Amino acid sequence: MESASAKKIRPKYLNLPAILFEIRLPVPGWVSILHRISGALLFFPFTAWVLYLLDTSLRSEQGFQYVKMQYLDMPVVKLGLLVFIWAYCHHFCAGIRYLFLDLDKGIELRPARITSWLVIGVSLALTAFFGARLW
Amino acid sequence: MVRRLVVGAHYGLRDWLAQRITAVIIAVYSVIVAGIVLINAPLTFVVWKDLFAQGWMRVATLLFAASLVWHTWVGVRDILMDYIKPDGWRLTLQVVALLVLAGYFGWAVQILFR
Repeated sequence: MESASAKKIRPKYLNLPAILFEIRLPVPGWVSILHRISGALLFFPFTAWVLYLLDTSLRSEQGFQYVKMQYLDMPVVKLGLLVFIWAYCHHFCAGIRYLFLDLDKGIELRPARITSWLVIGVSLALTAFFGARLW
Repeated sequence: MVRRLVVGAHYGLRDWLAQRITAVIIAVYSVIVAGIVLINAPLTFVVWKDLFAQGWMRVATLLFAASLVWHTWVGVRDILMDYIKPDGWRLTLQVVALLVLAGYFGWAVQILFR
């Protein structure tokens, strides 16, 4: 008897179309890759950016007013800040989930999927909350 | 029976553990600072400057920065090990990452103790 897998072409290489259209990531997979992408973004450029903002806003009254009134009022800057907030919140929430996974909590399929949706939902909600406070 | 001889510096486990411990420090600091900022909103320069002038806040922020550097190093190293295969490129990018992190830390110290 010929099994279905025997007919498939092996080895299978991961090219971009395969990654984009063929392979469907389960939700925990999305949380995982977004954790990695958000982490990379937080390393660069966001840490440098936050340090710049901290430096300018703590340097002088003028610097603080400039950041608050002018710099953070630019639409591009606000959009960038929103991406930063999302990256931070997602990395934070997904990170807490991984800490629990390390303790063998929530490793069954159902809780793993539910907590994944929770991470995505909560981090988006937090982004909306902080975004609304900033506007 | 498989007899496995485990050798090496065991820095894998140390880094893994360090990444988790620093993650908790980062998370706690983040929640505290977010809480302080939300309570004091809208933020004024006086409140902002006084916050970072306090001893405990400087120590906490320094601890946070050190944790962030260590945590980020493990994460960046993981990413480079996964995607960058040629040794020369990997080493180069690792050195660049370390220099960037050292620069971040120096900058943070400069901001805190001006």
